[in-house]
Amino acid sequence: MRLPKGSSFWIKSVQASALAVAVCFSLGATDPNSRLNDMSHRLMCTCGCAEILGECNHVGCPNSTGELNELRAAIADGKSDHEINDMFVAKYGAVVLAAPTAHGFDLVAWIAPFAVFGAALLGTVLLVRRWSVGRTLVAAGPDPASLDPAEQARREKIRRETDAGNDGGF
Amino acid sequence: MAAFGSFSLLIALALAGYNLLAGILALRLIATGQQARISPERLADTARRAGIASFVAVTAAAFALVWAVFTNDFSITYIVEHSNRALPGPYKFSALWSGQEGSLLLWAWLLAAYGFVLRLTHKTDVKLYAYAGTILAGIQVFFLLILNIAAPPFALLRGAIPDDGNGLNPLLQYPEMVIHPPMLYLGYVGFSVPFAFALGALMMRYPGEKWIKVTRVWTMVTWLFLTCGIFLGMHWAYAVLGWGGYWGWDPVENASFMPWLTGTAFLHSVMMQEKKGMMKSWNVWLIFSTFLLTLLGTLLTRAGLVSSVHAFAQSSIGTWFVVFMGLVLLVCIFTYVLQRSHLKSEHHLESLVSRESSFLFNNLVLLTACFVILWGTLFPILSEYVVGNKVTMGAPWYNAVAIPIGIFLLFLTGVGPLLPWRATSFKSIRRNFVLPVIAFWATVIVCLAAGVRPWQDGALNQGNFYALVAFSVGAAVMTAILSEFLRGAGVISKQTGRNLFAATWLLTRRNTRRYGGYIIHIGVVIVVVGLAGAAFNRSEERELAVHDKLSIGPYTLDCVGFTQDSNLNYNSEYALLDVYKDGKKQFQMTPEKRVYLASEQPQTMVAIHSVPSWDLYVVYEGTNPDTGQPIIKAFLNPLVGWIWAGLVILVWGTLIALVPSLSPATASVRVPARAAPSEPALKGGHL
Repeated sequence: MRLPKGSSFWIKSVQASALAVAVCFSLGATDPNSRLNDMSHRLMCTCGCAEILGECNHVGCPNSTGELNELRAAIADGKSDHEINDMFVAKYGAVVLAAPTAHGFDLVAWIAPFAVFGAALLGTVLLVRRWSVGRTLVAAGPDPASLDPAEQARREKIRRETDAGNDGGF
Repeated sequence: MAAFGSFSLLIALALAGYNLLAGILALRLIATGQQARISPERLADTARRAGIASFVAVTAAAFALVWAVFTNDFSITYIVEHSNRALPGPYKFSALWSGQEGSLLLWAWLLAAYGFVLRLTHKTDVKLYAYAGTILAGIQVFFLLILNIAAPPFALLRGAIPDDGNGLNPLLQYPEMVIHPPMLYLGYVGFSVPFAFALGALMMRYPGEKWIKVTRVWTMVTWLFLTCGIFLGMHWAYAVLGWGGYWGWDPVENASFMPWLTGTAFLHSVMMQEKKGMMKSWNVWLIFSTFLLTLLGTLLTRAGLVSSVHAFAQSSIGTWFVVFMGLVLLVCIFTYVLQRSHLKSEHHLESLVSRESSFLFNNLVLLTACFVILWGTLFPILSEYVVGNKVTMGAPWYNAVAIPIGIFLLFLTGVGPLLPWRATSFKSIRRNFVLPVIAFWATVIVCLAAGVRPWQDGALNQGNFYALVAFSVGAAVMTAILSEFLRGAGVISKQTGRNLFAATWLLTRRNTRRYGGYIIHIGVVIVVVGLAGAAFNRSEERELAVHDKLSIGPYTLDCVGFTQDSNLNYNSEYALLDVYKDGKKQFQMTPEKRVYLASEQPQTMVAIHSVPSWDLYVVYEGTNPDTGQPIIKAFLNPLVGWIWAGLVILVWGTLIALVPSLSPATASVRVPARAAPSEPALKGGHL
C-alpha cells in the first residue's frame, strides 16, 4: 500500500520518539537511600499537621521521628512496600497512607478521574465528528446564492473572521 | 462603633433587599408591558440607586470594623479574638479577613464595590445592566443576611472587657497576607459579575453577542485577580509554612484552583461563540459553574467540611451556603430550561484538526482537571460515608492523576495556536510543527545529558520522568509561540522596515487579544518549568552548634552564632549563617523562629536566597529538646524563581489582552511623497 506523501515524516517522528523513550528508560543509577525517601513520601505524619511524613518539619513532633524510625527498621528488615503499608495502616489507620490504596472502594478514587477523562474524550471526539457531518450536509444543502442577505452576511463574517492565518487566537 | 457597624449592615441589607425586589418588579413590568403607578424605568432606576447606596452602607460597616481594630475596641468579640494592642498597623488590616465574620464582611464589601462600578456604568446597556444589577443584589442579600443573623462581626463580648486581645494568627503575620486574601477574594467575588451578566442575558433573551464581550472583560479582570491571589498564596505558603514547598493540594488551595480552571475554560470557549456562534449553552454553564465553585470554595473554607491547614475561620454557616448554592442552581436550571431555545446555535466543524477542535479539547482537559481536584477534595468525605473509612488524598494521588492532565494541557497550549480556524492540511501541520518537534527532542537530549534520568533503581522515577516531559513539551510550546511572533513580526518588518522588536510590538498592538494570549501562554510555560524543578529538590537537616557546617549543593552553611530579639508582639531567635560557595563567603542568611506573645504560638520565618537556577531555602526549626542544640534544615529548590517570573509575564499578557487593539480607523501611516501606499496590511500601524 502506498502511503500519502506526508506520512513518512510522521512515521519517522514516531520511530524517533519510540527510540528516544527506550533510551530514556535504559538510563539511570542506583541510590541506596531512595527507598526510605520514597516510602516516607507515601506516608503521612499522624500528629495532625496534615504533612507528608518525609516533609514534616515540626521540632519535637511527637509522631514523625517514631514513624521514621519504624520505617527505617521495616526497610532494614527487608519488608516489601506492601507489608510496610499494611504495618502502618494496622497501627495508625488508613489515613496514614498519603494516597488511597488500589483495593476495594479506594480503587474508585483512582479509576474515576481516568474514566471521566476517557468518557469526556470520547464524547468530544464524537461531538466533533457529529458537527463535522452536519457541516457536510449543510454544504451539500442550500445554494449560498439562495440564502437571505442577513444569513449571507453572517456567513461571510464568520468566514472572514476564521480564515486560515488571520487573527484567530484570543 | 459596634452599634454604628451593626446599623450600617442592617441598612445595607434593607437597601440591597429593595434593590432586589424593586429590580425584579421593574424588570417584570418592562417584560410584560404592564402599567403601574410608577414607570418601570423609574422604578428600575430607584433600585439601581439603592444598590449604590448599599455600597456606601457596607463600606461604613467595613470602616467601623477596621476602626474598631485600630482603636483596640475589645468590647467586640471579633476584635478580642483576632487582634491585640501590639499588632503592627498593616496586620490590623489583616484582622478584617482573619476570622469568619470579617472575611464575610470583606466579601460583602467587595461584592458591593463591584456592584457599585457596574451600576455606575449602566448606560453601556441599561436593560442588561439592570438585570445584572438585580441578580447581584440577590447575592448581596444572601451575604448581608449571614452578616446580620448568623455571623455578626460586631457582636459584643459577654462579661468583662479584657485589656488585650488574643492576637492575630501568627501564620497571617506576614506581608503577603495583607494582600493575598483580598486579591483572592477579588477573584472569587468578581465571578459574581460575569455570572450576573450571563444569567441576566439569558433571562432577557439578550439579542446579539454584546453581553459576551462585556462578560469577557469582567471575567478576564476577575481571572487576573484570582490568578494573582493563587500565586501570592503559593508564595506565602513557601515563605511561611517552612516545609520547602508552595502547593500541598490542601482543600482550600484546591477550592481556589477549581473556579480558576472553569474560568480559564470559559475564556477559551467564549471565542467559539464570538467567532462562530457555537457553544452558547456550554459557555453559559461554564460561567454558572464557576460561580457555584466560588461558593463551594467558601463553603469548604468556612464550614469545616474538610480538614485544612488553611481554614483559619471555620464555623457552622455551611447550611447557609448549601441552601444558597441549591437555590442558585435551581434558578440557573429553571432559567436555562425556560430560555434554552435562545441558546440554539449551529455547530459546524470542518475538520478534527482545527482551532475549533483544539478549543474543545482544551475545555475537555480543563474541566477534567477541575473534576479531578473536586473528586480528590471530596473523596475522603465520600469514602467515610460509603465504607466508614476516612482516607487521605495527599500529594502522591494528585501528582499521579493531575500531572499527566496538566502536561496534556501544556501540549494543547502549544498546539492550539498553530492550528488555523476551520481546517488545516498536512503541509500546513508539517510546516508549523517541525520547529516545535525539533525543540522537543533537542530538550530531551539536553536533559538526559544533564542527568535528568527517568529510570532509577530499576524503576520509573515519576518525578524525573514528568520533569523531563514538562521541560521538553515546554520547549516545544515556547518554540511554537515564539515562531508565531517571529512570523508575524517578520512580515511587518519587511513591510515597514522596522526592526524586529518594534515590529513585534506593533504586531502585538494590532491584535492584543491574540498576542496577549500568547504572552499568557509563555507565562504558563515558564511557570510549568518552575513547577517541574520540584522533582530535583534536595534537603539537609542537622543540629548545628556554633562553627558547625552544613553542605547542600554548591553551598556550605557555616553557623557563626545565634541571637535573640524581642518586641511587644513577639520574641524571636535567629541563626546567623555565613554561606560559602567555592570557598568564598557569598552572603549571610538569618532564618528565624518567633513566638508571638498574645497567642503564645510559634512561627517560622524562612530565609530564602533566590537565583534563577534555584532557591537556597533555610529554616531554623528551633532547639532539640533532648540535646539543646539548634536544628537547621536547608533546601535547594531548583527553578522556583521561574514560577514567580512566569506570574509576572502572565499578568503582563493579561493586561495586554485587556487593552483594545489598534483599529484601522486610528491608523496613521507616513507615506513617502508622491508614492502610493503599497501595503494595506499597514492598518493600525504607527510609523
